[in-house]
Amino acid sequence: MNRKKVMTTLATVATMGLLLSGCANQAAPEGGSSSAAGSSSAVDIPALTSIETPKNAVLPAGDGKAKCPATTTLAYIGAQTGANAQLGINIFQGIQLAINEHNAANPDCQVAFKKFDTEGDPNKATGPVTQATKEESIIGVVGLPFSGESKATGNIFEQVKMVHITPAATNPGLTENGWTTFFRGLGNDAVQGPAAAKFMTGKLGAKKVYLVQDDSEYGIGLGKTTSDALGDALIGTDKVTQGQKDFSATISKIMNSNADAVFYSGYYAEGAPFDQQLVAKGYTGTFVGPDGLKDDQFIKQAGDASKNAFFTCPCIPGELIPSFAKAYKSLTNMDPGTYSIEGYDATTVLLAGIDAGNQDRASLLDWVKNYDADGLSKHYKWNDKGELQAPTVYGYKVENGKIVPIGPIGE
Amino acid sequence: MIPTILMAAPVSNDWITLDFVSLGQNFWSATFDGLTFGSIYALVALGYTLVYGVLNLINFAHSEVFIMGCYAVFFTLSFLGFGPSAPNLGVGAIILNLLLALIAAIVASALTAFLLERLAYRPLRKRNAPRLVFLITAIGASFTIQYLIFLWRGPVPEQALTMFQTKPVFQVFGTIIYSDQILIVTAAVIMMVVTERFISKSRTGRGIRAVAQDPDTATLMGVNKEKIIITTFVIGGILAGAAALFYVMKIPSGVVYNGGFILGIKAFAAAVLGGIGNVRGALLGGLLLGLIGNYGQILLGNSQWTDVVAFMVLVLVLLFRPEGILGTSLGRSKA
Repeated sequence: MNRKKVMTTLATVATMGLLLSGCANQAAPEGGSSSAAGSSSAVDIPALTSIETPKNAVLPAGDGKAKCPATTTLAYIGAQTGANAQLGINIFQGIQLAINEHNAANPDCQVAFKKFDTEGDPNKATGPVTQATKEESIIGVVGLPFSGESKATGNIFEQVKMVHITPAATNPGLTENGWTTFFRGLGNDAVQGPAAAKFMTGKLGAKKVYLVQDDSEYGIGLGKTTSDALGDALIGTDKVTQGQKDFSATISKIMNSNADAVFYSGYYAEGAPFDQQLVAKGYTGTFVGPDGLKDDQFIKQAGDASKNAFFTCPCIPGELIPSFAKAYKSLTNMDPGTYSIEGYDATTVLLAGIDAGNQDRASLLDWVKNYDADGLSKHYKWNDKGELQAPTVYGYKVENGKIVPIGPIGE
Repeated sequence: MIPTILMAAPVSNDWITLDFVSLGQNFWSATFDGLTFGSIYALVALGYTLVYGVLNLINFAHSEVFIMGCYAVFFTLSFLGFGPSAPNLGVGAIILNLLLALIAAIVASALTAFLLERLAYRPLRKRNAPRLVFLITAIGASFTIQYLIFLWRGPVPEQALTMFQTKPVFQVFGTIIYSDQILIVTAAVIMMVVTERFISKSRTGRGIRAVAQDPDTATLMGVNKEKIIITTFVIGGILAGAAALFYVMKIPSGVVYNGGFILGIKAFAAAVLGGIGNVRGALLGGLLLGLIGNYGQILLGNSQWTDVVAFMVLVLVLLFRPEGILGTSLGRSKA
């Protein structure tokens, strides 16, 4: 009996020790990642240091005289947890910032903000979306961030005529469903794929590109538009699954093919370990990924291997817009991430609508349909399908352990 | 398991083409990579097999025993100053550091297994709960630990750490063999042989086999059943801790709250394939599962086939040998 007690106590103490040492170390990885220095690969494209913002951009604060019922609510529906949670977090923090700025400037119009978690998973997204559409007070949604979940839930929004602006989903097929409530706040993959192909064979000087895509709606769609645009430069393709950890067989094929660039069409949860394993097996070419990879999580999870990485993204580098970057940092203690500015801008469109008196679902939907104004990142005007009129694609690279923009590509 | 298989379904139109040329080109690298991952599966599979042999319980929380080891590796190594770049250390220093990480992982995993047994399963045994209750508790414990880690560390994986620069060591059949592959396979096989010896030769091992065969008679013969059970869990934990070090070595970004789930299912499948309850079966099953998955995906053209092929083979084997390749025999003289 006595011995048992001693053992149990020992076990508890040791566990506590482990937990404590874990907490104490929490800050360590941040400091450690700065040692991932050195700029990326052979091709040297200088980083962009500033971008132009529209002069008359609509801001969330408005004129400060808005009036609205206290129940007025906007919602974010998308990943808060799950493997690709960071992209979702970037977005809802952008939304939160817009709503905070609006509410601070408009004492008579306090818009509430609700979040629903889909884990980024199409199978889990219908629940939260149904729940949100049943809440009468919610009149507009920013989301869903990913293409698969957007496809799975578009009809639910359509049935209740609720406007939703995706700040991140780029699958071109999403606007081909005849939906009238879906709007895309950025360029789609029919734009990004060809831009990426042109970027690789042009600026990066790749002769042999190997394309690997995952099994998501997004990865498949972008894989197709990219491989179509690559033409003869494409020397091989492979397909992987979401959640896969071991890419050795794919890597073996790539090494045999002597590719000088690898394009990964998917998300960072798989893209990062893939790049890391690729480099560990002696791959020396460049690694190019789309917006689904462009996140600091990619660098964190790929480690030093990420030095060979370039990204394409129909997103605007929000960190180069000083006013936005500063406000975002003071709210979240982080620099703006991928799609933070898109989330912010999409929310601004909805908030401007509320301020202009469109305070139910039908009139807010009408407002977005006829919207024609500058946001902080770009001009927002949609065609009848819900696509932006003039999207741009940016290129990014890894420099000193950070993702930095290198300017518009594919033009 | 089912969503994994569904997600692995192919999406292209040309959906079954056998690429023998590619298999020929990549055969040896697929073999070596398959063996490396197979060894990791096998180490984890042993934990399922031992517990099943002794308690007839599928310990679904074993995947969390494993992931706790991964966290221990991560914390130890980041405490020792490892980062995303390969450390600038001599071979001796790296080995010393890795040994420390190994010990931490073993302690963490064994502790988790120990606490799991004490807090989740023992109270049930005392009340003579039906077997189904154990199974549900195992699943519950698995989720509980997963989401405790989630609350503690959040949804994103930990910073990837590089343990050492993998170096090509030599070439076999035109394929480069890397230092980490040799290390993992050798260490895993040694650990499994030691475990096998321990169970078949030592006094405690005899106790484990006796309890597996007939718990009541074993108790009558003077075997302390509770002690044997806890020992079994701890051995499973130790092996899972070792597997954790190798896993983080291969997949540095794998340290995340639900990172043990898929691996756990594969290891469980490996245990069933070789014959659950059979120590040698776990080794064979693990290595086979690693190899078959790799050959399958190269032959069929893409990685989305890995799990399909692996589980098809599992089903086929079980059709003809329901007890697995080597049979379920922890209690019998074979093991």
